[in-house]
Amino acid sequence: MLHLILFLFFGAICVAGAVNLLVQSHPINSALSLIVVMGSLAAEYLLLGAEFLAAVQVIVYAGAIMVLFVITIMLLNAGKEERSKGSRVATLLGVPGVLIGGVLVAWTLLHGSDMQSVPIGALWGDPKGIARLLFHDFLLPFEVTSVLILIAIMGAVVLASRPEAAARGARKDEG
Amino acid sequence: MSITTFVIISIIKSLAVVGVLLTAVAYSVWLERKVSAHIQNRWGPTRVGPFGLLQPLADGVKFIFKEDLTQPHVYKPLYIAAPMIALVFAITSISVIPFGNWVSIGPWDTYLQITDVNIGLLVVLGITSMGVYGVALAGWSSNNKYSLLGGLRASAQMISYEVSLGLSLVGVLIMAGSLSLRDIVDAQAGVFWRFIPRWNIFHGQTLAFFIYLISAYAETNRTPFDLPEAESELVAGYHTEYSAMKFAMFFMAEYANMVTVACLATLLFLGGWHGPIYGPLILREIEPVFWFCLKVFFFMFLYVWVRWTLPRFRYDQLMAFGWKILLPLAVANIVYTALVVALRAQYPDKFF
Repeated sequence: MLHLILFLFFGAICVAGAVNLLVQSHPINSALSLIVVMGSLAAEYLLLGAEFLAAVQVIVYAGAIMVLFVITIMLLNAGKEERSKGSRVATLLGVPGVLIGGVLVAWTLLHGSDMQSVPIGALWGDPKGIARLLFHDFLLPFEVTSVLILIAIMGAVVLASRPEAAARGARKDEG
Repeated sequence: MSITTFVIISIIKSLAVVGVLLTAVAYSVWLERKVSAHIQNRWGPTRVGPFGLLQPLADGVKFIFKEDLTQPHVYKPLYIAAPMIALVFAITSISVIPFGNWVSIGPWDTYLQITDVNIGLLVVLGITSMGVYGVALAGWSSNNKYSLLGGLRASAQMISYEVSLGLSLVGVLIMAGSLSLRDIVDAQAGVFWRFIPRWNIFHGQTLAFFIYLISAYAETNRTPFDLPEAESELVAGYHTEYSAMKFAMFFMAEYANMVTVACLATLLFLGGWHGPIYGPLILREIEPVFWFCLKVFFFMFLYVWVRWTLPRFRYDQLMAFGWKILLPLAVANIVYTALVVALRAQYPDKFF
């Protein structure tokens, strides 16, 4: 019972944070709302028994990635967002579209044939179990993913650092 | 144990731990002033109470009665929230720190820790990683170039050193095979050759200990890594615009973080509450807590000692040191520890 109450409570906070993220006009407030969303998601994971995932969610997403977002906003000193009136097409098609989509997803989840429901708090995702899955059962996909991420990092470094020759050429053009 | 006794015991433990923590914070400030004074051949606080021991109390009264200025150019909601964020996360992280064994008082027995979670270490890391926001938001919301630079420096520095700090702990985790702080301490019980304690620092994790110590100084923004508040260039860094109790909250957060980091170093590398135990039963119950407090005090003293001995790094030196020296060393330590543990599992009689 307590599990269910807490689950609904953090779910409500999560949705409220997400809505606030869109409503706020100042980027830093939006970033902070996103942190609230991440934090309440971590609480939901914890209630579902995935305690390792919850801790990693806080450390990686709320603690590291969002700090980079906040630093970027601080460095660019981004001002308030300008509001547009909004288009009529978006209101006419978007709102019913979102409602229909939500109902469809909920209906599929509730009436899916091969889905079983598990009571909240019945499963326990301990670090050992996750480690066994990552480094034993799914070793190859895990390693391939890390290589993929490495390639992405290297690409970012290459794109961010201007090659020496090009920089020199640009300076020559200016002079 | 019925739910009522559980709740009552939990409340008592929480109040006691927070009370001790806040007192420790106040007296760390006293220690800092006293030790720094003696290092510089001065006396330090002497007027309030014997040896100036009531100075923290006088400081607290002064902070409360100072004028609380809020400059017109600040972004108010975040300016007010930032010190609270810093302090709340600094104090929360003490909740999973164990400081002693089981004790029995009459019919009730309890472990000396607010709550035992089996991912305790990750909880501490997660909470301390959220503490960055207090400093970063204070710098930004003050709308002052010095504060902004201080906040930016603090967040960049804390993220960079968090990487090597986290990786330096992996060796300890491999040795203990658990993320629970209580299990990690229990794995360090016993002695080698009858006199060397089986603490992780003497048990193959010496390098990790020094990496952790250095990263911890950077994480808590202490000298030689106190660039976020470098007074010679940034006035006071991220808390330039803060006064009275709001400033005191940043101050308390810094010392509370120091206490947490010292507790963690004690638990992970110095065997927690393990130490020689003698005497009658009542002493045997108290001695583990005494050893724990003594080790934490040693780290607090080391903090102060280092602060008043070493000069400040330059910013590029700080980043180069973190990424090019500490990080590779931490990774090398993980590889080495994993190799030794694997070999020991394979040939149990060849390695002790």
